[in-house]
Amino acid sequence: MANRRDFIKIAGLGTASIALANPALKALNNTFFSPADPLSAGLYRTPMVCEICFWKCAGWTYKKEDGTIWKLEGNADDPNCNGRLCPRGTGGVGTYLDPDRLKTPLIRTGERGNQTFREATWDEALDYIAEKMKGIAAESGPESIALFSHRTGSAYFNDMLKAFGSSTYAAPSYAQCKGPREEAFYLTFGETIGSPERTDIRDTKCLVLIGSHIGENMHNGQVQEMSDAIDKGASIITVDPRFSTAAGKSKFWLPIKPATDMALLLAWINVLITEGWYDKEYVEKYTFGFDQLKAHVRSFTPEWAYGITTIKPDVIRDTAREMFNASPAVIIHPGRHTTWYGDDTQRLRTVAILNALLGSWGRRGGFYNPDRISLPQMPGPEFPKPARTWRDYYPDKYVLAGEGVSNVLVDASIPDGEREPFVKAWFVDATNLIETLPDKRRTLEAIDKLELIVAVDIMPMEITGYADVVLPEATYLERYDDIRVSPGRVPTMALRMPAFEPQYNSKPGWWIARELGLKLGLKEYYPWENIEELLEWQLKQVDSSLDEMKRIGVKVLPRSYDDIYFAPGEDIEFGTATGKIELYSTQLAAEGFDPMPKYTPHPQPPEGYYRLIYGRAPMHTFSRTSNNQHLRNLMDENNVWVNPAIAKRWGIENGMEVWLRNQDGVVSNFPIKVRVTERIRWDSVYMVHGFGHGNKLLTRCFGKGASDTQLITNVKIDPVMGGTGMRENFVTFLFEPEEVIS
Amino acid sequence: MKEELIISGRMNPNIDPVLHIWHWQIPLYLFLGGLAAGILFFAGLYTILGKGDKYRGAVVYAPFVAPLALVLGLIALFLDLKHQLYFWRLYTTIKLESPMSWGAWTLIAITPLSFLWAALNIREIFPQWKWKFTFLDTLEEFFRRHIIPLAWALVVLSVILGIYTGILFSAFNARPLWNTSILGPLFLTSGLSTGAATIIILARSHKERMMFSRIDLGLIIVELFFIVHMFMGFLASTQVQIDAAALFLGGPYTAPFWVLVVGMGLVLPAILEAMELAKFRVPAIIPASLVIFGGIMLRFIIANAGQVSRWLY
Amino acid sequence: MRYAMAVDTAKCVGCSDCVVACQTENDVPHGFARDWVVEVNFGTYPELKTEIRSERCNHCDNAPCVRCCPTGASKIVEGGIVLVEHDKCIGCGACITSCPYDARFSHPDGYADKCTFCEHRVKHGDDPACVAVCPTKCLYFGDIDDPGSDVSGVIRTREYKTLIPEAGTQPQIYFLT
Ligand SMILES: Nc1nc2c(c(=O)[nH]1)N[C@H]1C(S)=C(S)[C@@H](COP(=O)(O)OP(=O)(O)OC[C@H]3O[C@@H](n4cnc5c(=O)[nH]c(N)nc54)[C@H](O)[C@@H]3O)O[C@H]1N2
Ligand SMILES: Nc1nc2c(c(=O)[nH]1)N[C@H]1C(S)=C(S)[C@@H](COP(=O)(O)OP(=O)(O)OC[C@H]3O[C@@H](n4cnc5c(=O)[nH]c(N)nc54)[C@H](O)[C@@H]3O)O[C@H]1N2
Ligand code: SF4
Ligand code: SF4
Ligand code: SF4
Ligand code: SF4
Ligand code: SF4
Ligand SMILES: [Mo]
Repeated sequence: MANRRDFIKIAGLGTASIALANPALKALNNTFFSPADPLSAGLYRTPMVCEICFWKCAGWTYKKEDGTIWKLEGNADDPNCNGRLCPRGTGGVGTYLDPDRLKTPLIRTGERGNQTFREATWDEALDYIAEKMKGIAAESGPESIALFSHRTGSAYFNDMLKAFGSSTYAAPSYAQCKGPREEAFYLTFGETIGSPERTDIRDTKCLVLIGSHIGENMHNGQVQEMSDAIDKGASIITVDPRFSTAAGKSKFWLPIKPATDMALLLAWINVLITEGWYDKEYVEKYTFGFDQLKAHVRSFTPEWAYGITTIKPDVIRDTAREMFNASPAVIIHPGRHTTWYGDDTQRLRTVAILNALLGSWGRRGGFYNPDRISLPQMPGPEFPKPARTWRDYYPDKYVLAGEGVSNVLVDASIPDGEREPFVKAWFVDATNLIETLPDKRRTLEAIDKLELIVAVDIMPMEITGYADVVLPEATYLERYDDIRVSPGRVPTMALRMPAFEPQYNSKPGWWIARELGLKLGLKEYYPWENIEELLEWQLKQVDSSLDEMKRIGVKVLPRSYDDIYFAPGEDIEFGTATGKIELYSTQLAAEGFDPMPKYTPHPQPPEGYYRLIYGRAPMHTFSRTSNNQHLRNLMDENNVWVNPAIAKRWGIENGMEVWLRNQDGVVSNFPIKVRVTERIRWDSVYMVHGFGHGNKLLTRCFGKGASDTQLITNVKIDPVMGGTGMRENFVTFLFEPEEVIS
Repeated sequence: MKEELIISGRMNPNIDPVLHIWHWQIPLYLFLGGLAAGILFFAGLYTILGKGDKYRGAVVYAPFVAPLALVLGLIALFLDLKHQLYFWRLYTTIKLESPMSWGAWTLIAITPLSFLWAALNIREIFPQWKWKFTFLDTLEEFFRRHIIPLAWALVVLSVILGIYTGILFSAFNARPLWNTSILGPLFLTSGLSTGAATIIILARSHKERMMFSRIDLGLIIVELFFIVHMFMGFLASTQVQIDAAALFLGGPYTAPFWVLVVGMGLVLPAILEAMELAKFRVPAIIPASLVIFGGIMLRFIIANAGQVSRWLY
Repeated sequence: MRYAMAVDTAKCVGCSDCVVACQTENDVPHGFARDWVVEVNFGTYPELKTEIRSERCNHCDNAPCVRCCPTGASKIVEGGIVLVEHDKCIGCGACITSCPYDARFSHPDGYADKCTFCEHRVKHGDDPACVAVCPTKCLYFGDIDDPGSDVSGVIRTREYKTLIPEAGTQPQIYFLT
């Protein structure tokens, strides 16, 4: 047992650690497992917030006696994880330990796309960037420097650039992810869904998953609550062309023909209205446009939908009844990655409307009203008003987009003869744009035009290969970040603090942003010297302190109002133009879009081709974990799922390697092994996103599996908010590699 | 279609996709143990029967092979251990339900006896041999006087050892192919047969050679009988044992087993020995070597295939 | 007292958190695993059924691995937990061969290794690491002799099976179906 002095010694290594005050541990004298008896070895823990995905679970970093990492565990007080991290969070150890990590700042010496860098000091690298930025700002205005960022702590870079005069900012979590859903719900209810989702799955009686593959999509709280709901006997209805894990747990699995969901959703609305299976009082009191909707869906009968979706009319009716019987404790889940076919905002509008008809919004077992605490910012000067923002590039398009649209920033980097491509530089922070944005060729075309690319990352991911300057960030176990203030049933605060000194020559994001800010002459925006000072000040404002947070990691606060659900008969003013839940969207109508969703047919794959659908594996996050040894142990490459009938037709056997070629002739760089399985339809193939890495510096995952992104060249832009529909790509099999066209 | 896959976690080396924890060491160890058992059995037996002078190959010369085989076998066993520094732990307990344990104890008993036997016969090879210490002469004298009890000990221990070489496998319920009580007698018989073959090679007289050819022929017939019985037993048993037998009846082990073990190791030498007995001129070394080869192959193939055979769930 | 585990296959999503948590908790070397996840699919699209099971050593009541161990390194301790005492183990592999579930492996350090039911945790009243981490809470652990324990509760109220009961090992991991 380590004594107090050991504790201080080890604590001195990082910043501070907290000895585990569990008396049971003191009694440890287990020499039986001597070499590997971890418990007696691990006596120290520090609070952390997971950065392997965006659920941001709070937990603890445990160390061994020698100060090295032992394990990561969830914080029992954290409602995002309830003491249980997901596999990726547990395996986060491997991210910290990854020997391929970026180690020191790099400055490009050769062509973009080649790994020709020289090592630089931080001073050199940041000076280099500052000089370039000043030059670009002088010539094209500071707003021509665009920021792509997707992480906790985005604010450090965002604020630095705002202070510099640019709010040209986008995160791929909008136009490649949840944008359509956020706008659809905003247009309908006047509020977005947010993250973590406000779905009250824990108490639901019926959970409808439309493509949302919870269980493979490992967003922790949702998985946990789905399991609670199963325990309580809730029924699950899954609509997925693939027999997803969730489908295997469902009372009803609707094996829908891909790209036809809208027809099913409209038919459900039709059934609910014709049969009177909707919450009449709720609809009467809170909604706008019911009569128009009723007229609108009259022809969308289950029989009509059957021809389109291949889902039998009686199944459509039975599932509609199932939802109604559970209402209002029913959730037609809005999903998260919703950029599928280009009419996604409209599809999510039908989802929102279904929820409205069933009265689940604002009701227990439906959608609750989240609460969150907002931490005050240290007073400082106002940010200058940028001369242009991303919106100015297409003044006529995507006006309903609520956030920056990443693909518009790409467009604004490439001359198209009509508009001035005002973006000259990319500041890329924690997003692997090469694998993240669809139509890789276009991303590379934009990159080719840029005057400066800076990548802040922890790993030599593809994007770093194109950067002019690469800045190695310390991992989430080695740094402080913003206090996490997730919305939820109750407001919470969670602290991320370093358990270790940054390895190699890496630095925390806040430090990098601030240092660069100082070099850009933005000192007055930094009234703090050190992040601890800033956090301490912020926490003081809410009657907490850094010390307290170091001790408890997570602080659960009381709700400010008792308004998690609507009170019976309560009058509610919704944030829409009419103040009502808009079944008929006045805003869409005003912008010239369909005020009520319509079904538009989407192309189906030609003969010999199969729709490429993709999703998540529970043990990986996008492209970021494929080099993580702990998670590679669980899955080290992706497979392409092929229906046995199709495999037979092609003479493909389980485990065989094939190359995929898409409708535009793009061939996957790497072969991918086939998994022959009944779990996929005969008109589609399925693969997990995030593999097929092409950067050799990722020594463990280079060339393992194939990249879906590479094959997504046909992008269907959502006219409402600019989202990139990615599921209209069709692939065929090659048995020999071919000249790669991408 | 039924699709069954380990989606994560287990690709433990030497366990997945099929068990392969025992490589060449264990089958070699079992073969050598069986060989030594066979030799010592006959040495003991003919001493007890008082025919030591008639069968000098069996009683005097072949037994020199036994300590060598046992030591090599023990070395092979040792090489197979993954935690070798703890080897001595084998001899801090006796666990009767563990064949590995009582086998190790049998070896610790029979190996010194095999050396002793060789020592008693050392002057047959080095007529000028003199012990360095006089107490060794006294000892030699002592054992010569008690040669019959010593021979009994050899017979009993060698039978235990011979059976053990089979039971080591057959005790594993987890491996359907091994899980048959015939394996003990089969391996014992095979051990005796390889022992007899060694004696044939080292025999001093034509008479002795013919005697052991006759014995060997009998043993081979018994072995073939056991093998047929083993498969009949499997086929009449549970699905897992039917599957185990299928490895040899059309499965991947069909050719190696039926050609190398049954064909070359049993049937062919049996024919040659029968021909020899029928007074055809066959160099005795050929059938004898084939028998020894067959004995080796039997251990290797059963060891390997047994690890492939498994329960389904 | 008899420790046992129940795995609710209706809730398990095959995420493999149990596998990685075991690895970090117990320092299981890379390339080895004490627990693993099996997926079985039956049927033809779209008439499909699936079963996902998190598996590990069954801590058998009638444990062949303990019986066949020549040194007594494999043994049954308090609560029926089957353990390997590292410095008694000679690494002969007999126990590995004897396990019908292939639950054991040879640790690179030489001894036979496998699931310990996290004996170092459970003796302090904590759940095993895999149980404590499982996001779907589909693993139940406890004293099956105590009718009030979680595991007794689910075994009483749910249908279950064990793996290869025909092998006679009397396994103590129950799969709720
Ligand atoms: N083809 C295809 N494209 C997709 C998707 C898909 O399924 N298929 N999914 C879409 C969705 S839903 C989303 S949300 C986006 C996600 O897109 P991204 O957020 O870009 O996803 P990742 O590929 O994980 O890339 C994260 C990058 O951040 C780096 N990183 C990780 N931790 C840190 C850190 O602490 N600091 C810094 N500085 N960097 C860090 C990683 O090394 C990696 O380079 O992708 C979208 N694009
Ligand atoms: N383990 C893990 N979990 C994650 C992530 C991760 O990287 N790893 N990323 C997180 C993020 S940022 C996001 S956005 C979410 C994404 O998670 P979800 O929102 O659940 O993702 P989707 O891409 O909508 O769902 C993929 C599913 O859609 C099905 N599908 C494909 N085409 C169609 C169709 O036409 N109709 C229907 N109905 N279904 C279809 C696929 O078969 C697949 O099962 O996951 C989150 N959770
Ligand atoms: S859901 Fe998993 S990866 Fe995401 S933050 Fe939580 S533990 Fe980390
Ligand atoms: S952690 Fe739980 S849900 Fe995940 S695979 Fe293991 S047992 Fe199943
Ligand atoms: S599962 Fe295998 S290792 Fe575990 S107790 Fe049973 S036989 Fe022994
Ligand atoms: S490997 Fe170790 S634990 Fe297993 S049987 Fe041999 S000595 Fe016993
Ligand atoms: S009980 Fe412990 S040792 Fe066994 S599988 Fe679970 S975590 Fe691993
Ligand atoms: Mo996303």
